[in-house]
Amino acid sequence: MSKADAPRLPRIQRRRHFKSLMANAVIMTLAGFAILPLILVFSYIARSGFPALNLDFFYKLPAPAGETGGGMGNAILGSVAMVIMSGVMSIPPGLLCGLYVAEFSHQKLARLLRFVIDLMTGVPSIVIGLFAYAMLVVPLGGFSAWAGSAALGIIMMPIVSRTTEEILRLIPDQLRESGLALGLPRWKVLLRLIMRAGRSAIATGVFLAVARASGETAPLLFTSFNNQYWSKSLSEPIASLPVQIYTYAISPYEEWHRLAWAGSLILVTVVFAINLLSRLLLKRTSN
Amino acid sequence: MRSDRIFNWILRGLALTVLLGFVLLVWFLWNEALPALRSAGLGFIWSTGWDPVSGDFGALPFLWGTLVSSILALMLSAPISIGAALFLTDIAPKSIRTPIAFLIEMLAAIPSVVYGIWGIFVLAPFVREHVHPLLNGWLGFTPFFEGPPFGLGMLTAAMVLAVMITPTITAVCREVFRSVPDLLREAATGIGATRWETIRLAVIRPSISGIFAAMILGLGRALGETMAVTMVIGNRPEISLSLFKPAATMASVIANEYAEAQGDSHLSALAAIGLVLLVVSSLVNFGARWIIERTESKTHV
Repeated sequence: MSKADAPRLPRIQRRRHFKSLMANAVIMTLAGFAILPLILVFSYIARSGFPALNLDFFYKLPAPAGETGGGMGNAILGSVAMVIMSGVMSIPPGLLCGLYVAEFSHQKLARLLRFVIDLMTGVPSIVIGLFAYAMLVVPLGGFSAWAGSAALGIIMMPIVSRTTEEILRLIPDQLRESGLALGLPRWKVLLRLIMRAGRSAIATGVFLAVARASGETAPLLFTSFNNQYWSKSLSEPIASLPVQIYTYAISPYEEWHRLAWAGSLILVTVVFAINLLSRLLLKRTSN
Repeated sequence: MRSDRIFNWILRGLALTVLLGFVLLVWFLWNEALPALRSAGLGFIWSTGWDPVSGDFGALPFLWGTLVSSILALMLSAPISIGAALFLTDIAPKSIRTPIAFLIEMLAAIPSVVYGIWGIFVLAPFVREHVHPLLNGWLGFTPFFEGPPFGLGMLTAAMVLAVMITPTITAVCREVFRSVPDLLREAATGIGATRWETIRLAVIRPSISGIFAAMILGLGRALGETMAVTMVIGNRPEISLSLFKPAATMASVIANEYAEAQGDSHLSALAAIGLVLLVVSSLVNFGARWIIERTESKTHV
């Protein structure tokens, strides 16, 4: 509306337009508030994390309280090891569960499984930690990398399954029909054609599950616990990056706080890299 | 074909294993919780004392802490999330919609422990030095804003939680607003509605139950959130109306005490709290899903 028109409008019209402008401004402000925390969190992590980063951080053991220096080498290694182990345990069953739920939904068992997997995605991760404690820590006689990986695996499995299911539902039936028409057995159609057709989108789900597991802390607190040294076996307590960040952040030592920020920077960078990578992968294939 | 039958049996076996695993999860938790529930009965949920040394276990302070922090977080986050979703579907120029949606989604990717460290060192001091003087100065006479400035406490926890649930609520609201047919928007604009009137009448009104479901999903996410809350809520099992006082949630007390718990009765009481948490968050998640499914079937007809 040009300025010349404005005075001629009846009062009620002017009020309505004013109200609309105000509402627009409010909505934009709210959207700004939604993004603001990302900027704030990021800037603080970068500002406090970068100065504390050096080569030592990546391969040295934590220094005893009160001493300077040291790193989180064991925690980084522990996290990598546990995420790999949990992935091996949970990704194949997750993919197959998603396949089963999507392709055999006429079976009662498949519908029941879908219900349970929905339930599992809503279980708080700390409760999964309690389960892994009762299931593995107590019988094995102590905190271990096994128990931690199992807890992470239980968190990843439903994520993988659900994304797989969603992707497979998008694949047109013609592909299944033409495969079957060629005389292929159904399992070959499903594994070789259908899963392959959706593989990059499914990979995105797997990546997201890995990113989620890398940052989980709560289920590790009383399953893999923590370790100030290099773990010599998988049946020992093992350090992990998130738990180490937690321990250091709530400690009273300035030096440990610095290391916790550096750890957060690494963790956030890794998680974001995984997220970006999976998105790029998805975009490239959808084009 | 025979190979197909074998394949189907493999899948069924896997499905049964997963179902069995879930039953085991609930059963283990129930089994661990039983001694505590048996010795205190239903009073476990209603009694307020929590003293592991003298063996006094009551879950009410943690239920209170979980509910208040989550609902407060929802109150902070809901307007922001709904506004952000409206911005993304109806106001922002098309070219910036995807990048902004991406940024908001990234908030969900930040690990909980990172929010926790940010909460301890950035948000808590901010609450202590800026928010507390303001609210306490003006509204300190009410029971909600009394108390000394610790920084760590209910309000700080709710603020961190609000940030963490914003991407969930925004994403669901955005889907809901998007599913409103453009025809409705065009009709409203066509009869001379302003932009805001269009949004209010043609976008928000048909989406009310979807918005509600989004908020409940956000609430479900907040209930089970552990690390960030544990790090900033102050961990004191007390029931207070004041938002500046330290509190504790069901998840935070488990995170804090389980690894160092002494004695079976303490472990059992913590497991019982875990069981209550599992039940509450499952119910909330199902409530949300039920609303979503109901509205979906309604819009399809």
